[in-house]
Amino acid sequence: MKALAFSAILTLTASASFACETVTLGDLTIQNAWSRATIGAGRPGVLYLEITNNGGTDDALVGIATPAAGMPMLHETVVSDGVASMPHAMAVPVPAGQTVALAPGGYHGMLMDLTAALKEGETFPVTLMFQAAGEVTVTVDVLSMRAEGPDCADAGQ
Amino acid sequence: MRGRRTVILGLGGVAGATAYMLGLGWWQSRSREGAGPALLPLPVAEMAFSLTDHRGNRVTPADWVGQPTLAFFGFTWCPDVCPTTLSDISLWLDELGADADRLNVVFITVDPERDTGPVLSDYLASFDPRITGIAGPVAEVERAVAGFRARFEKVPRDGGDYTMNHTAGVFLFDADGRFASIIDYHEDRRFALPKIRRVLG
Repeated sequence: MKALAFSAILTLTASASFACETVTLGDLTIQNAWSRATIGAGRPGVLYLEITNNGGTDDALVGIATPAAGMPMLHETVVSDGVASMPHAMAVPVPAGQTVALAPGGYHGMLMDLTAALKEGETFPVTLMFQAAGEVTVTVDVLSMRAEGPDCADAGQ
Repeated sequence: MRGRRTVILGLGGVAGATAYMLGLGWWQSRSREGAGPALLPLPVAEMAFSLTDHRGNRVTPADWVGQPTLAFFGFTWCPDVCPTTLSDISLWLDELGADADRLNVVFITVDPERDTGPVLSDYLASFDPRITGIAGPVAEVERAVAGFRARFEKVPRDGGDYTMNHTAGVFLFDADGRFASIIDYHEDRRFALPKIRRVLG
């Protein structure tokens, strides 16, 4: 158990360099792009990241594309009446001056029809499509199924 | 987790606690409407189901009486809520250490058509080994869900695929099998450990 947790930490640290990279597109910066390992390719994968809008104009993430999945979509986890559901999100608003997270329990990319299982330690590219800023491709780190996110604060020091 | 924690800290602890209490009140009042006179999960001893754990053992409510229980409903095709919650539960068990050995920790699938024993076994290998996966015939899962006053629903997707909506809270019962509390999905995770310690006694 302890050894497992420890190796998970090592993996996080080792792979932190990609997820913690900041990618810039105009006024937008994107970082902390990560996903969880999947068992096989039958189950959907997930995509989490953070977008900061440093500009004065609102933008929105309107789509995602990746060679890792046949049908990548934006979803939002909504808990209503204690019951969790995941409706399709047409767009994720990225208001001027704010940071928006695709994070566990909220907005996330749902990667359906995976072309292959997502394996811990691997990376894959995802192209983000914004309403105003256009497109940018980021590298996504596949962390363990147990991961709660990349440890960028420590790795960046 | 990181994202949720950031959001909650941003709101401030007081606001988080208030939101949690409002959330729980809302959950309770909604379940009151939905479930008639029965407000809360039944005591374990009054539940009725016959299921099978991922190690192949038969599981009935009587098996749970005598030790505190932590239970979560989900399914292994779930990309966000279930791995996040099982990861949270694994962290809590880590923090509780050997104390958590006395806790009956169960993950009950609401998708037993896909989540057979071996599938649950594969899936749970990524999480704390003290988490027991539970599956069985749909009708028996429905009886268990009813005892918890929980809900689930199969939602078709394009191409014959489907996903499941399901109650996302983590249920806690004391050693006598009486319902103690719920760790709500969006509540501040700092409230979780004290709640679990309370049922551990």
